[in-house]
Amino acid sequence: MNNETVYVAIAIGIGVLSLILAFIAVQNEKLSVSVIAAGVVSLFASVLFLLMAAPDVAMTEAAIGSGLSTLIFFYVLNKIKRHNA
Amino acid sequence: MEYFDLGKISLLIGFLLIIIGFWGVLSQKNIIKIIIGFAILNTGINILMVSLGYIKGRTAPIIDSAVQQAENHNVLNSVVDPVPQALVLTAIVIGFGVTALLLAYAMKLFKAKRTLDINNFNDLKW
Amino acid sequence: MLRNLLIGLVLAGFVFIFYNLYTTYEPKTELTGIAAHYAENGALEVGAANLVTAVVVTYRGFDTLGEITILFLTASIIAFFLKLNKEDEDKIIIHRGTSELLITASQILIPMIMLFGAYVFMNGHLTPGGGFQGGAIIASAVALSIMANPNRQINHNVIIWVESISGVSFVLLGVLGIFLAGGFLDNKIIGLGEFGTLFSAGAIPIIYSFVGLKVGAEISNILNKYQKSQKES
Repeated sequence: MNNETVYVAIAIGIGVLSLILAFIAVQNEKLSVSVIAAGVVSLFASVLFLLMAAPDVAMTEAAIGSGLSTLIFFYVLNKIKRHNA
Repeated sequence: MEYFDLGKISLLIGFLLIIIGFWGVLSQKNIIKIIIGFAILNTGINILMVSLGYIKGRTAPIIDSAVQQAENHNVLNSVVDPVPQALVLTAIVIGFGVTALLLAYAMKLFKAKRTLDINNFNDLKW
Repeated sequence: MLRNLLIGLVLAGFVFIFYNLYTTYEPKTELTGIAAHYAENGALEVGAANLVTAVVVTYRGFDTLGEITILFLTASIIAFFLKLNKEDEDKIIIHRGTSELLITASQILIPMIMLFGAYVFMNGHLTPGGGFQGGAIIASAVALSIMANPNRQINHNVIIWVESISGVSFVLLGVLGIFLAGGFLDNKIIGLGEFGTLFSAGAIPIIYSFVGLKVGAEISNILNKYQKSQKES
């Protein structure tokens, strides 16, 4: 078991999970579920960047892609929900 | 063993995420869902670009003690490609800007018609 | 039905293209071309330990300038779209009360997160990180503060001044490079210093700090606009 083998195993696990979550994000009927799923896909992508020796990209993706994007999605969802209620 | 290479697996994940995101953009009717599709498409393209720069068994492009202690003592033989990483770094920030702009449009459209279904926005259709 | 068929056809085309690309893809085994030049001479020419920073700030500095401009334009267009009426501006949002834990923790955490953001963009040339990451971290501190208190007014003048001053300084430093060194955004306007210390790599830490402040101010501005749009009924 060298490092590379462990990395490959983690990458396969992350890949399967993020594909399932991307499918949920596109297909689920509740908007809040799909926003969260898209955020988690982004978080998994940042782990994948770290495995691919790109720490700079991983930091940016974790802070912007999965943090701030999800936040502004929820601001919009909140506004729409208050109008429909 | 050839199929279990980190670069190739990431390439496959990137391709599949692009296809799922594109499918979401084309098939969904809710505007927020379309924007989520764009976000997934964006993530897929970023993974694809970083995986093109990955070289097996090398470390991050930062010249520190880990690189200097490598067997061959040469930066050229111990770091991955820094150029795709620099491109993706700016692409992620631009992606955030695009998502925020799309969401602002979506809010504006919702205010105008009180609905998010794309089929109701047919004012320019003839 | 026809619509689904067309979507299926487009996706099948993509799958076909990607399948061919995937099966013929040969992973790289060594650096070639421009990447090899950057890796070999980056430490000597630019003096930055982090090669990604060297590419972003110096070799491809013009790209970064354009990218910051795009972000500025996005923030302006969003501000234009989400502009509020006069009467909505002074409204107070009544939410389900924010939790005590979040309010107390945010008072301790916000200064620390801000400090960490500043650390990340000042050490961008030595460790992973830089202006974009540090700016995003500062913006997430702002996000925490507006989540803890939804009615908090962020001083708009501070954001505008920080953004304008850092943008102008970034361009001025670039123009200074034309006169004192090799060209626009050259980092050798001050000495390169000792490799691997905080005060090294010429102007890179200064330029990247301005980039970080500008990105942080712009993203905070976008978040502030979205927060204010909640007041509108």
